[in-house]
Amino acid sequence: MRIFALAGRRLVASIPTLFLILIGVFLLLQFAPGDTVDAMMAQMGGGDAATARDLRRFYGLDLSVMAQLGNYLWRLVRFDLGFSAIYGKPVATVIAERLPATILLMVASLSLAFFFGLILGVVAARGVNRWPDTLISTLGLVFYAMPTFWFGLMAIVVFSIYLQWLPAGGFEDITIGYQGLRRTLDIAQHLVLPTLTLGLFYMAIYLRIMRGSMLEVLNLDFVRTARAKGMDETRVVVHHVLRNALLPMVTLIGLQAGTMLGGSVVVESVFSLPGLGRLAYESVIQRDLNTLLGIVFVSALLVIVVNFIVDLLYARLDPRITTGT
Amino acid sequence: MDMTRRAALMTSAAIAANVINPFRAFAQETPQKGGVFTVHYGAEQRQLNPSLQASTGVYIIGGKIQEQLVDLDAKGQPVGVLAESWESSADGKTITFKLRKGVTWHDGKPFTSADVQYTAMEMWKKILNYGSTLQLFLTAVDTPDAHTAIFRYERPMPLNLLLRALPDLGYISPRHLYEGKGDIRQNQVNLAPVGTGPFKFVSYERGQHIIADRNADYWRPNLPYLDRIVWRVVTDRAAAAAQMEAGQIHYSPFSGLTISDSARLAKDPRFIVSTKGNEGNARTNTVEFNFRRKELADIRVRRAIAHALDIPFFIENFLGDFAKRGTGPVPSVSTDFYPADNGPQYPFDKATAIKLLDEAGFKPGADGTRFSLRLLPAPWGEDISLFATFIQQSLAAVGIKVEIVRNDGGGFLKQVYADHAFDLASGWHQYRNDPAVSTTVWYRSGQPAGAPWTNQWNWTDPTIDKIIDDAATEVDPAKRKGLYGDFVRRANTELPIWTPIEQIFLTVINAKARNHSNTPRWGSASWHDLWLAK
Repeated sequence: MRIFALAGRRLVASIPTLFLILIGVFLLLQFAPGDTVDAMMAQMGGGDAATARDLRRFYGLDLSVMAQLGNYLWRLVRFDLGFSAIYGKPVATVIAERLPATILLMVASLSLAFFFGLILGVVAARGVNRWPDTLISTLGLVFYAMPTFWFGLMAIVVFSIYLQWLPAGGFEDITIGYQGLRRTLDIAQHLVLPTLTLGLFYMAIYLRIMRGSMLEVLNLDFVRTARAKGMDETRVVVHHVLRNALLPMVTLIGLQAGTMLGGSVVVESVFSLPGLGRLAYESVIQRDLNTLLGIVFVSALLVIVVNFIVDLLYARLDPRITTGT
Repeated sequence: MDMTRRAALMTSAAIAANVINPFRAFAQETPQKGGVFTVHYGAEQRQLNPSLQASTGVYIIGGKIQEQLVDLDAKGQPVGVLAESWESSADGKTITFKLRKGVTWHDGKPFTSADVQYTAMEMWKKILNYGSTLQLFLTAVDTPDAHTAIFRYERPMPLNLLLRALPDLGYISPRHLYEGKGDIRQNQVNLAPVGTGPFKFVSYERGQHIIADRNADYWRPNLPYLDRIVWRVVTDRAAAAAQMEAGQIHYSPFSGLTISDSARLAKDPRFIVSTKGNEGNARTNTVEFNFRRKELADIRVRRAIAHALDIPFFIENFLGDFAKRGTGPVPSVSTDFYPADNGPQYPFDKATAIKLLDEAGFKPGADGTRFSLRLLPAPWGEDISLFATFIQQSLAAVGIKVEIVRNDGGGFLKQVYADHAFDLASGWHQYRNDPAVSTTVWYRSGQPAGAPWTNQWNWTDPTIDKIIDDAATEVDPAKRKGLYGDFVRRANTELPIWTPIEQIFLTVINAKARNHSNTPRWGSASWHDLWLAK
């Protein structure tokens, strides 16, 4: 019951934010010179003024900005995301086509980052200032400092061009057309390099956070008590320290799920994956307002959902949080 | 940055060797059937039907599925595709095409003159960019029988102009899938095109790939050789080069890779890097002047700016072997129209530039600056971006301060051609085999604001307007060529825009490909004879 109340409160609180974000993005894009018809002309390599006028009327661009915004919000209230100018399809369909790749990549890299970040963070904290710590921290710094696009390209050069172990890009092999389990394997193979590229960067952050928060918790009184009771070190770390040290990690996941949704443009471009990040980028270049606002809307929804799950996890990890509120 | 560029240019000798002999003697080989040819597709378009949109991004796909009345042969001369023969009446107002018999659409319906009539009147004349200008005076297409189409014009249409424009602006669409099916632009067939060409559309996954399979009922016997073509959407240029090396992509058309990657792959025997097969897609880099600025309305200032740029230096150090000094609006690859005398040229001469600016009365101020200009470079290619910086630095040396304002495609077109919010602009002028197609609009007055790549300079010249109008309806080929010579000389004298660099698109293709690059617009061609060696 309490959980549903919390969920309801969250949802109600996020609706005004969502609308503010949408209006903000809408107005911001008005400041960019040119509209979707200009972008279309750029793509076609020319066209006459009468064609441009017809097209503007067709896309509803001859109305005032406020009327366009009003139309958009009114449609949104009725859960209609509108029609995409570049794709000639409803925005909801366009986004639905791109979601699987995005979510696959996001879940895969977040899991990788979380899992290895946690383990390496713990190992580094246990061996603080000794060689495992130095090695892991240095590696973390390298992954963190390396630009994603460069890392991605280098991964392609090594694993696709020289070793020829993995495909250089794309979501699946279309020249062959696999079915069933073979297709799943094929997609998994295509996602190895992008997942590593995106995941290692976040892993570097997680392992630093994990190391820091482990070190902090390790020095607290209750850990000393646990040790004094004669518990062995593994039990102390797993049962007492880890659980408490996980809180900042979980917070970070909630924050970064959103960043990953929109922020994987680089990885999607380098590996030619059909994700939301590239769709958003293209929508801006093509001034496809409906699609862009649709992506913002869907991403915002996803972030709200992820944060809600994070709240639940908080309560699970630290019961004081729910009783406190 | 400088080191990489120098390294890239060191390889230009290797590329030059490829240009001279790009097709290492394959003439004796027997074509092999089968295989999947993969193509780099850099910028997705909104639709794929070349009867509705004239751009290389559409031809690279739609040109394999749909066909046009005529194409260009290896020598750049018109050759029949869906048309078998053609003739013009003496007054140039009636042009008759005899159409090929026994051709069927991919859905099995026969191709007839009704398709030509519908496409010409409803698509070319009303929607197709450049088509609507070309066919402005087309009044009707008569169809006395299923295999004859008679084009009737209100004013004389030079047959040579039509035949050189139709390879790009002459694609036919199936009437039965468009007529009575609502707005042509919104027809879903545009994203799943149906044609008469050697390849049948299979599927299009946005952001990923497009697939077309061999058309077993193609009208050219036993062709095409390939089983399938796959276009891979790869927006990142460096990633595309990597995929070529990994063998996932066979062909990157229209300078799709970076200059340095192209130079690198040219040294690799697995690839051929060449401008061959793109002669029909010549372009010139432009410097466009806005006459609303009083400084630029002065011919001496425009000439001074031209004299202040050391173009050979720029080409040698930044563009390498694939660019050369431009001489005017008609590029040298245009054998039909390139004039013997291009009129005044503007060689690099800083002293003259300074003298002209002084004469025009724009003396340097206390900080050495005479005046400031806003330069808008188009975002189409890295050469334009480099050229903008080069202009900025060269003009600083003669006392003109240049501020570079960068935009994306939509923003650039809006600011330059609709809002006129520029002083200098720099981009590409695409030459389409006849100056009347897309060149003279850059000079003819009376272009409505907002029409991209047209005269938006606030410059009106009755002399050039008359030459352009006369040439557009002149049916005698020799006289037309003469008129376009006058046009080029006038353009170079008045200099409303300057075209100092001439370039041809670069092809990077896997060396296993055979029969490639064998026509002047090969990237856009149908690829019916392309095959892959094992």
